[in-house]
Amino acid sequence: MTSNDFSIVLPEVLLAIYGMAALLFAVYTGKDKLAGVITWLTAAVFVIIALMIGLGGEGANTAFGGMFIDDAFSRFGKVGILLAGAAVLVMSYDFLEKRGFAKFEYPILVLFSTIGMMVMVSAGDLMALYLGLELMSLALYVIASFRRDSVKSTEAGLKYFVLGSLSSGLLLYGSSLVYGFSGTTSFAGIISVVQNEVPVGVLFGLVFVMTGLAFKVSAVPFHMWTPDVYEGAPTPTTAFFATAPKLAAMGLFARVLHDAFGGIVGDWQQVLAVIAVASMFLGAVAGIGQKNIKRLMAYSSISHMGFALMGLAAGNAQGVQSALIYMAIYVAMNIGTFAFIMTMERDGKPVTDISALNLYWRNSPTKALALLVLMFSLAGVPPMLGFFGKLAVLQAAWGAGLVYLAVFGVIASVIGAFYYLRIVYYMYFGTETDPLDQVSNPVAYVLLIASALIMLVGIVNMFGVEGMAALAADALVK
Amino acid sequence: MDNVLTFVTFLPTVAALVLALFLRGDDKVAQLNAKRLALFATVITFVISLFILFGFDPEDTGFQMVEEADWIMGLKYKMGVDGISVLFVMLTTALMPLVIWSAWDVNTRVKEYMIAFLLLETLMLGVFTALDLVLFYLFFEAGLIPMFLIIGIWGGKNRIYAAFKFFLYTFLGSVLMLVAMIAMYVDAGTTDIAQLLTHEFSSETIQVLGFNIIGGFQTLAFLAFFASFAVKMPMWPVHTWLPDAHVQAPTAGSVVLAAILLKMGGYGFLRFSLPMFPVASDHLANFVLWLSVIAIVYASLVALVQEDMKKLIAYSSVAHMGYVTAGIFTFNQQGLDGAIFQMISHGFVSGALFLCVGVIYDRMHTRDIAAFGGLQNRMPAYALVFMFFTMANVGLPGTSGFIGEFLTLLGIFQANTWVALVAASGVIFSASYALWLYRRVVLGDLIKESLKTIKDMTPREKWIFAPLVVMTLLLGVYPSLVLDLIGPSVTALVENYHAALPMVADVATH
Repeated sequence: MTSNDFSIVLPEVLLAIYGMAALLFAVYTGKDKLAGVITWLTAAVFVIIALMIGLGGEGANTAFGGMFIDDAFSRFGKVGILLAGAAVLVMSYDFLEKRGFAKFEYPILVLFSTIGMMVMVSAGDLMALYLGLELMSLALYVIASFRRDSVKSTEAGLKYFVLGSLSSGLLLYGSSLVYGFSGTTSFAGIISVVQNEVPVGVLFGLVFVMTGLAFKVSAVPFHMWTPDVYEGAPTPTTAFFATAPKLAAMGLFARVLHDAFGGIVGDWQQVLAVIAVASMFLGAVAGIGQKNIKRLMAYSSISHMGFALMGLAAGNAQGVQSALIYMAIYVAMNIGTFAFIMTMERDGKPVTDISALNLYWRNSPTKALALLVLMFSLAGVPPMLGFFGKLAVLQAAWGAGLVYLAVFGVIASVIGAFYYLRIVYYMYFGTETDPLDQVSNPVAYVLLIASALIMLVGIVNMFGVEGMAALAADALVK
Repeated sequence: MDNVLTFVTFLPTVAALVLALFLRGDDKVAQLNAKRLALFATVITFVISLFILFGFDPEDTGFQMVEEADWIMGLKYKMGVDGISVLFVMLTTALMPLVIWSAWDVNTRVKEYMIAFLLLETLMLGVFTALDLVLFYLFFEAGLIPMFLIIGIWGGKNRIYAAFKFFLYTFLGSVLMLVAMIAMYVDAGTTDIAQLLTHEFSSETIQVLGFNIIGGFQTLAFLAFFASFAVKMPMWPVHTWLPDAHVQAPTAGSVVLAAILLKMGGYGFLRFSLPMFPVASDHLANFVLWLSVIAIVYASLVALVQEDMKKLIAYSSVAHMGYVTAGIFTFNQQGLDGAIFQMISHGFVSGALFLCVGVIYDRMHTRDIAAFGGLQNRMPAYALVFMFFTMANVGLPGTSGFIGEFLTLLGIFQANTWVALVAASGVIFSASYALWLYRRVVLGDLIKESLKTIKDMTPREKWIFAPLVVMTLLLGVYPSLVLDLIGPSVTALVENYHAALPMVADVATH
């Protein structure tokens, strides 16, 4: 029994062992001199574990009495999280080293938060959910304030910590209510109690749990931390925030809603729909005035989370599938965009003002073109893959009868298109200013180009993500 | 040649890729190579597209040369042409070499300019050949990207405003269409246009937010498509992006915009609105007819007072597109024939008029009407060509413009006499603004100092106009060239349309 349990959580255990070993090793030997090696090694371990999970067994297993679920859904989430983590790690090293804070703790903290995310998407119990969430968040708080000598970075970390604690508190309170009124913390137990007739305490608990999760995906009205943290945190950290944790939190969202509250879709569907509409619109409208590209990407991600939530709001397997497709595409786009942002510098200092991109294409036509593709993809303009993500969630929403959600969604996407176009405008039609430095960061360059190519070539068959997402969704929604 | 449509559609993209990947440098030689390769690719595309034209059987009213393959998310990659679309494919492939050739004098960022036009050609061809809803939408929308860049990078002084307006205006119109497409997919379970054409969408009255929507699903979907196509046409009152875009776009961009991009709206009405939502079309026909005649009269009057030549021609396009929409919503053979004919004819004539403006703009770098006058004295060949296309624009018998206007008016007269009365007044207005423009620019004595050294058209410019003149005349004296091709398909469309009406009405009353 126990050995079977451990073989199911083997990937997480391996990662944890590797993390602790790396920590010990680095502390007693070279410390920060080993930062580069550990970064690449961690990324390699991520990829290996991702392969192990992706190519490993099929079917659904549970461990530790249902606390930990290993099914197609969690595997989809884990592979995405690990690959995103690996990409962010390798592209940040140059940036960190140049600024003199390439510390060996960085990859290790990313690794621990990644383990937290893996636990999140596998959670089969409110306790496991909380454990995973906190493991992820604690590591994230630290890397948000990783640049200790910068006021902004420290502020970002503190803000994130205070608000994150508040949301954890809400989540815990919600969990306790759910436990109190259903008598169990396991999702399987909750769903058997909560069918059709809902005790009012569970309903309250559900709302609090959703609040806590909405905070993690930075959905309106729990988004306030996002722009400040995105702006203040060092760019590699922002890149990480925008990708893997979002995927994990969205996965956890889907997991809780379907595994624990799948019997009362009608009760959470409307809440989710309202959150989705608010996120799409706020993200689209508030992004218009932004001059800082990191803040802009923060609003962009708020808006994108609204679209993914629209998929979840459909409340069926198609909805989950569309949300997963959307998240996979979103992560791929953001990795490319942040790889680009990391190379934005002038006189050796990072620049985040979008007007610095003025006539960028004259100096770096290829990178400008790649970013153009990504921007149109983020805006959801065909033929880029971003459009198909939007199409999937719109289809799911319409199919579930949420007509108004689909209509609001497309209108928000037009409003949001404006700020993506503005970046294109600066790059291609702008006025003459001091050009940005020609930064040599081959890894970021490769990731940027790869991400743009994925957006274009992916429309042929989506690299099979569609089928995998379908399997994952079917595993989740029985 | 089983995959001739795919081949023709994507050949320009291949050329664009070759340009992007293998052409280095930005010196004179590289620029010339870029232009040559683009011209070569568009000419080859045209030659291969002739196989489509000659392989096309007008008597068969279904889709021909169909290619089909499975695609992602339950969609299909499906291409095909019928009598309605085949001519638009030909119009596109025939005009693109002229467009590229007309851009021979461009010398900033030539490679990128050529790539943008080549990609645009693929996307335009895709719109006319796609037989899957989402594939159609993909091509329809993606065309905005190169056009946005063409206006924004190579445009005039106020190009940024125009580019943003163009993009956001058309984007907003189209996303509503996307929602309607999703609704159709959910309703019919397929995105295959050929199957959707035979699917009967519900027209039972439904309530939305307390309003009774007569025609129900059909009306809502119709309006969503209408939002997109009306902006694209453009119809009054959503035409305001067009003058801005035209004025700021470089000459070649204007030509493509007027000659081909505007036709997507009309094509959309014929392909989707009419056959798929016949009940809604019937309900809203008078609404569209009146919007169309308002466009004809209003845009003509506005054209009269323009001081910028391109703006004047842009408003004239709006007026001419008014005939097209009016013709389409008459639902009879003459009206539809006329509308399609008018679109093809307008493609040649308005394209040529924008080229005419381009010729003198290249020399004087202004489009102000007041800056010209008496050009006949130094530019006789230009005066002749400009007069020919001015007359074609007015609709002089013997030119293609006459056939289009006459047939549409004939159709409109049968559908709604009052509308026909007002629409016919547009003929007089168009004569007044067009002839007045011609008088101010070309006739009279050459008194302006700046014009004393202006040179007549170069051989290259003459050769660009030659095929346009030939086509305009040919279609003017022998319209059967077009009408025989589109006839059977249009007849089938009209018959299916009228067949759908009483049948649905019966169902609704029971």
